Amino acid sequence: MKRLLVANRGEIAVRIIRAARDLGIETVAVASEADLDAAHARLADTVVPIGPAPATKSYLLPAGIVAAAREAGADAVHPGYGFLSERADFAAAVADAGLTFVGPDASVIEQMGDKVRARQVAMAAGVPTVPGTVDGVSDVSAAVAAAAEVGYPVMLKAAAGGGGRGIRVVNDEAELRSAFPTASGEAASAFGDGRMYLERFIRSARHVEVQVLGDGTDAIHVFERECSLQRRRQKVIEEAPAPGVDADIRAAMTAAAVRLCREVGYRSAGTCEFLVDDDTGEFFFIEMNTRIQVEHPVTELITGIDLVARQLRIASGEPLNIGQSDVTKRGHAVEFRICAEDPDRGFMPGPGRIGHVELPGGPWVRTDTWLRPGGAVSPFYDSLIAKVVVWGEDRPTALRRARRALGEFTVEGVPTTTTLLTEIIDQPWFASGEFNTGTLEDWLAERAKPSGTGAVA
Amino acid sequence: MPRHEVVSPIPGVFYRRPDPNSPEYVKPGQTVTADDPVGLVEVMKSFHPVPAGVAGAVVDFVAEGDSVVDAGQVLVILEVEG
Repeated sequence: MKRLLVANRGEIAVRIIRAARDLGIETVAVASEADLDAAHARLADTVVPIGPAPATKSYLLPAGIVAAAREAGADAVHPGYGFLSERADFAAAVADAGLTFVGPDASVIEQMGDKVRARQVAMAAGVPTVPGTVDGVSDVSAAVAAAAEVGYPVMLKAAAGGGGRGIRVVNDEAELRSAFPTASGEAASAFGDGRMYLERFIRSARHVEVQVLGDGTDAIHVFERECSLQRRRQKVIEEAPAPGVDADIRAAMTAAAVRLCREVGYRSAGTCEFLVDDDTGEFFFIEMNTRIQVEHPVTELITGIDLVARQLRIASGEPLNIGQSDVTKRGHAVEFRICAEDPDRGFMPGPGRIGHVELPGGPWVRTDTWLRPGGAVSPFYDSLIAKVVVWGEDRPTALRRARRALGEFTVEGVPTTTTLLTEIIDQPWFASGEFNTGTLEDWLAERAKPSGTGAVA
Repeated sequence: MPRHEVVSPIPGVFYRRPDPNSPEYVKPGQTVTADDPVGLVEVMKSFHPVPAGVAGAVVDFVAEGDSVVDAGQVLVILEVEG
């Protein structure tokens, strides 16, 4: 690999260009008309314009990106995250053009991108999935037998339905016996099909994911990340190691992720996402992301492994060169996503010209960003403007450092979520690590209520 | 009759339909209440419906569908209900 085209923008494009440069690889940026002066375009060795500002007319066009790679004489393409990163047709187009795609083969992206197929692969690899019936059941006795295997509480869903209609949660056999006929009858009249699916209902869970690296033959894990704090399915704060995961669960979950990678001959960096049931401690595979993740730096800070550099080395044909026992973790790392949004106006995005910028620094603080004075937050792309990532010898130390680092962050000209992130650090449930996938939205809803409950006006 | 200009509250991409497969929110001649959306503006991957703001009848679209608009740019002209 001599010259790498980075098919992305923003902080991840900057991150990838830096990793490539550290390895002595030349870099080519692509830029829409809105980004010709953006940080990634300025930082790369060369830049190829790829079209108008809307991503659908530039960053999301596989043919344009492949043409740019050819034009610039690149021999490899890194897709970053988002945009075309999990599009099997893009990976195939890159390979068909005789270039190296930095990621798994198109067939693996396709396989893991299909939820049903990914679930089948997981089951074949002995990785636990949310227990449920494969086919619909049509009578009470079959439902009772199925529920005994699935385990209570059980969620009943119309086999033919969608949109949450007819969904019921039952806690035991008695409830199931009384609820099933009604639910099935409703399904029959609404959809013309009374069959029901039964699935384990997980009342409260954490979202924990395992970072993996594979070279197509061998695979290792690089520990887990806790990603439960989400708003509208967007992660807000991530950390490693996961505070709610004990050594036994960690060992079982990371081993499961490695089995899954071996099952598909995974090549590159990837992430296996799991739900961890708060009540039982059981974990269940949800899906695999076949790309680098936004939150990869927390893993890098506790292990010292440069995941993007590893992707590039694997893509150039190197074997892993690192065994599981070489991967050790130390301390605790937390990432805060700073977005150009106004948390007190319903998280309304605020594009605009950037004025003064002060970035946090000092020991064990890493700020991944594309911000610079005079730059602009474009209305066309997502609102992530910086990731402030801190490391500490333990979680309390990391959180103290985070409060300090976020206090140093200043950007004028656009609203940001910085003060909200600081407010979260001070919440007892965050400090104690006792939260689940619903905690942040519940807290935000409470916070948005008119004062009297301690909410901020 | 007085006219009311519905402007985009934010810069972004203006859409006349909630999604590509749905009909337009409103058509010229249609009456609307103040809360009825007349369009959608996408900014930074989030979508914001634009309410009419006043009750009245739609005169015409000013902004093209799927076009880039600035904050304050006129999207739709309404005839205010007498």
